[in-house]
Amino acid sequence: MTDLERIAAQRILVLDGAMGTMIQKLGLHEADFHPKGMENHPVLLKGNNELLSLSRPEAIRTIHEQYLAAGADIVETNTFSATSIAQAEHDCSHLAREMNLASVRLAKEACAKYTAMDPSKPRFVAGAIGPMNKTASLSPDVNDPGFRAVTFDQLVAAYKEQVEALLDGGVDILLVETIFDTLNAKAAFYAIDEVFEERGKRVPLMCSVTITDASGRTLSGQTIEAFLISMQHVPLFSMGLNCALGAAQMRPYLEVIAEQSPCRVSIYPNAGLPDQMGEYRETPEVTARLVGEFMANGWVNVVGGCCGTTPDHIAALAAEAAKHAPRPLPVLA
Amino acid sequence: MIPTYSGLEPLRIFPGSNFVNIGERTNVTGSAAFRKLIKNGQYDEAVSVARQQVENGAQVIDVNLDEGMIDGVEAMRKFLNLIAAEPDIARVPVMVDSSKFSVIEAGLKCLQGKGIANSISLKEGEAEFLRQARIIRRLGAATVVMCFDEQGQADTFERRIAIAKRSYDLLTQKAGFAPHDIIIDANILTVATGMTEHDRYAIDFIEAVRWIKQHLPGALTSGGVSNVSFSFRGNEPVREAIHTAFLYHAIKAGLDMGIVNAGQIGVYDDIPKDLLEHVEDVLLARRPDATERMVTFAEQFKGAPSAEVIAAQAAWREGSVEERLKHALVHGVTEFIDADTEEARVQYVDPVLVIEGPLMAGMNVVGDLFGSGKMFLPQVVKSARVMKRAVAYLEPFMEEKKAAQVSGSLEADAKKVLLATVKGDVHDIGKNIVGVILACNGWQVIDLGVMVQSATILKTAREMKVDIIGLSGLITPSLDEMVHVAKEMEREGFETPLLIGGATTSRVHTAVKIAPHYSKPVVHVIDASRSVPVVSNLLSDNERARFEGEVKEEYAKVRNQYEGHQREKEYVPLEEARAKKFTIDFAAEPPVVPKSTGVFAYRNFPLAELVPYIDWTPFFMAWELAGKFPRILEDEVVGKQATQLYADAQRMLDRVIKEQWIQAHGVAGIWPANTLNDDDIELYADAARTKVIGTTHAMRQQSKKAPGVPYIALSDFIAPKGTPDFIGGFAVSAGHGVEERVKRFEAAHDDYSAILLKALADRLAEAFAEKLHEIVREELWGYEVSPFTNEQLIKEAYQGIRPAPGYPACPDHTEKPELFRLLDATKHTDITLTEGLAMSPAAAVSGWYFAHPRSKYFGVGRVAKDQVESLAQRKGESTSWMEKWLGSNLGYEP
Repeated sequence: MTDLERIAAQRILVLDGAMGTMIQKLGLHEADFHPKGMENHPVLLKGNNELLSLSRPEAIRTIHEQYLAAGADIVETNTFSATSIAQAEHDCSHLAREMNLASVRLAKEACAKYTAMDPSKPRFVAGAIGPMNKTASLSPDVNDPGFRAVTFDQLVAAYKEQVEALLDGGVDILLVETIFDTLNAKAAFYAIDEVFEERGKRVPLMCSVTITDASGRTLSGQTIEAFLISMQHVPLFSMGLNCALGAAQMRPYLEVIAEQSPCRVSIYPNAGLPDQMGEYRETPEVTARLVGEFMANGWVNVVGGCCGTTPDHIAALAAEAAKHAPRPLPVLA
Repeated sequence: MIPTYSGLEPLRIFPGSNFVNIGERTNVTGSAAFRKLIKNGQYDEAVSVARQQVENGAQVIDVNLDEGMIDGVEAMRKFLNLIAAEPDIARVPVMVDSSKFSVIEAGLKCLQGKGIANSISLKEGEAEFLRQARIIRRLGAATVVMCFDEQGQADTFERRIAIAKRSYDLLTQKAGFAPHDIIIDANILTVATGMTEHDRYAIDFIEAVRWIKQHLPGALTSGGVSNVSFSFRGNEPVREAIHTAFLYHAIKAGLDMGIVNAGQIGVYDDIPKDLLEHVEDVLLARRPDATERMVTFAEQFKGAPSAEVIAAQAAWREGSVEERLKHALVHGVTEFIDADTEEARVQYVDPVLVIEGPLMAGMNVVGDLFGSGKMFLPQVVKSARVMKRAVAYLEPFMEEKKAAQVSGSLEADAKKVLLATVKGDVHDIGKNIVGVILACNGWQVIDLGVMVQSATILKTAREMKVDIIGLSGLITPSLDEMVHVAKEMEREGFETPLLIGGATTSRVHTAVKIAPHYSKPVVHVIDASRSVPVVSNLLSDNERARFEGEVKEEYAKVRNQYEGHQREKEYVPLEEARAKKFTIDFAAEPPVVPKSTGVFAYRNFPLAELVPYIDWTPFFMAWELAGKFPRILEDEVVGKQATQLYADAQRMLDRVIKEQWIQAHGVAGIWPANTLNDDDIELYADAARTKVIGTTHAMRQQSKKAPGVPYIALSDFIAPKGTPDFIGGFAVSAGHGVEERVKRFEAAHDDYSAILLKALADRLAEAFAEKLHEIVREELWGYEVSPFTNEQLIKEAYQGIRPAPGYPACPDHTEKPELFRLLDATKHTDITLTEGLAMSPAAAVSGWYFAHPRSKYFGVGRVAKDQVESLAQRKGESTSWMEKWLGSNLGYEP
């Protein structure tokens, strides 16, 4: 049993909150996104947040530290889009490995500092693996439904590069998150399994799916139950939900996962639904109360925040998490 | 653990689940027709074969494209990607079937669901078997294992079970397979070939299945069923009997699934006894001469049609007249309604008794099913159509009766609900649906139509002694008119409950703005399905008091919350908002100079060209079916109804176009323009900008924002004087001709078609707005080159916006007359504006074009009094006039 599993048996773990929201608040400019030597990069880079791990490392480390100070047990690396495929639009594919290595280092430094401050509460780094901006089950061209912008094998290759870098950097966990197309997620886990087998070493795996709207389906059209079945072959530390919805809207889908998942359950919702201006306004108290109900129901093992959440949200969630017991692992027949 | 698979939806095989039917029509080795389609590259047709299978009940589809002439990997990838785009097919799991493992691997890489590989075997030894198994595992699929080994195919009981056990052990112990992901195919081979060594093929398979289920815990069993009857090709009735009997015995032995043509299976008990005896003699190897006897016996069935289906469809016609009426109502079948109603009339003598008896009984079933979520709105409206037809049939007979006996008419007893779209508004789809639903539940509905003056509503309500008044409206000025009606009802001392409904209405508005003006119950009804419980509560002697109390209490709470919320809202002074406007650096990003300016009219725009631009999602919303198109067609709950409705809509759309039921007219204009002060846009007749032809007044956001966040107005997207800029405008309608058609439908008691047509006209008008915007972007203004897909259009991914007066970015309806004047819209499009500034016909859209790449949609929200005063002054109107029109956007109590 790993440290992580041991702690998870005792209490609800707290994941960090939004990275993008915190970066946005910094009000950075185009120049901030250009690492040394890339001042004349031909493509605009503002918004390519993963680059900040190279150009403004202290900013990223500070965000990690803010979340750790708020009580997060696990911080996610700044690597959501650090794959050669996702970086292609910024002409930064060649930096994918470097971004992952730098991002892991920043998260590890922040965690090491906080673990040293309180060794009874070790902190963990989860390597964040995003969904990519190209999808293997949907055609971007309505006139050609059989067309795919990316193949499964291309996805596996790009994910493999990321996974290798994250493991080389020394992450404690791999987190495949914001899954809106199951086939992309399958490719990520395929790559992970290959790397694990090649290296003869595994780390715990977290999986987090995104239900897009009240239809109760992923963007690629699967129901939550069908998704769980599609992931059956992956030995997971946890399965859960993040992004697109606030905690209130996630409730019915979380309930299904809590009922059916053979592994631990995670949830890190957005701070409510965006308002007309695209801003998230759910307060930390409201988020914590809503997620607190899930905890009280014995549904979850890991809680945290996605878009729009801040260290205040995480602090409120951590306070709430301390009051509740984790969901027991189901005994499998 | 329970074996599970998935497509877009899960498939679970519970203990005691029925046999899982795997469709084989998408298997080139099982279907000559499918083979031909694949060989000829007719993939569209091939996809429809898959759809048919799922519609016929296949729970998993087997896809096999092993055809010598084609590239198997490419074909598999292409076909699976195509069916992945069809939610009605992709909902079921796929079995990727090939004799080449490379094809299986490529296929599994296209499946987001948990599929099944079909198949692997020990044919090439353990190492290759395990290599393949591990890849399948990593791809998250289950697998079929054929009972094959290095020596070849297992064709005896002993060989079957030996290979099954060896495969099972290897998979569970060395490849990490969960037992329930192993499906063993013990080879169904052809019987009755005339060779004695084949006689035990069927019975040995059945016994092997029984052994596997007992000795290999968790493993499933499967087989390709049609093989067994191969000797009787061309003799469908016999093949069907063989499949049916074989499955009956195999399933009893534990067969979990099979590749079966669902259309080729009958009911065991329906097989004629003599045929069954011959078939079972063969399958179970009961006598040495079984094959010979069977071949002789089978001759008589050759060429006979295999059909019991037709009989089943017509079975409901066998029931009593009451049952038939109920069936027709529940299923919305009008075909026999006149004849059945006549039969009932003769039987019941009094036509009123037919209505009160069997017809109302049927409608009660409809009401119950709808209430419990087992029927959906489009079905209910179809049921209502049947009911109306039946009542219409009975009417002449009732007139006779009435003349004879004066009293006891149905109408006098029924409770009455008055419905009206308020003055100034022309939108009535929702109201008509409510009318149908209420009528279905036995209330008499008095529908006064659209643009109804409050005096008319009150007068009719008094004269007809109605029990409830329902007001409907879609545009924001209608909200004020509803307040007005409520005040009038109070003034005249009405006691009738008042219902409020329609797209812009809300519980909050009803509680805060309407209910305080009327001392009797005022209830907001969120959608048509809620109208039934609300009306029945209000009309029930027992429930009314309780219900009224609950609503009063709830609305008081809503008011309190609202007032609390209001106090928290802060507004910045208009001057400050202007100072912090959304700034565009017009020097860096200059306005796009249009290719042409002026006004361009499009009379009788071809409807067919609008069809690709239709956004269907709102169409389903109009019918209270929630979900995004096209996914809604596959929705677990409403999918079936949505599909049916969509099919009806397509059929009608075809006729609308072919028979030119409606006409679409549009007009677009592009004019030189600049902002005058921060908020007003001045339009000019000439490029020199000397002759002003009009002004439009923008509204600016005022509710307090975080530092650095701008307070936006549409005028921010237009450059101030000095930089040449332009604005556009448009008005389109696809509503001309709708009313005439609707009247015809209503005369035929066909509310379903009437509502359908109105909803379609709405969609066509929106599609026209989309199309015209594209023409403007690509040709008239001409700043856009890349063609967009409809999906992108719906997401509005292109540059520029077309906000409509009365909607969030420019909530002021009173800007519409200016837009119409500039476009000469009424002349070019025949659209008129009502006194409430709604467009008539209702299927119409108008708005402004802003072309700057930085322009975007936003909501003005509520504004403070200084802005309202400023607007009034700039427009030369009084502040109170302005306040009346901006009612729902006022951030204060006027």
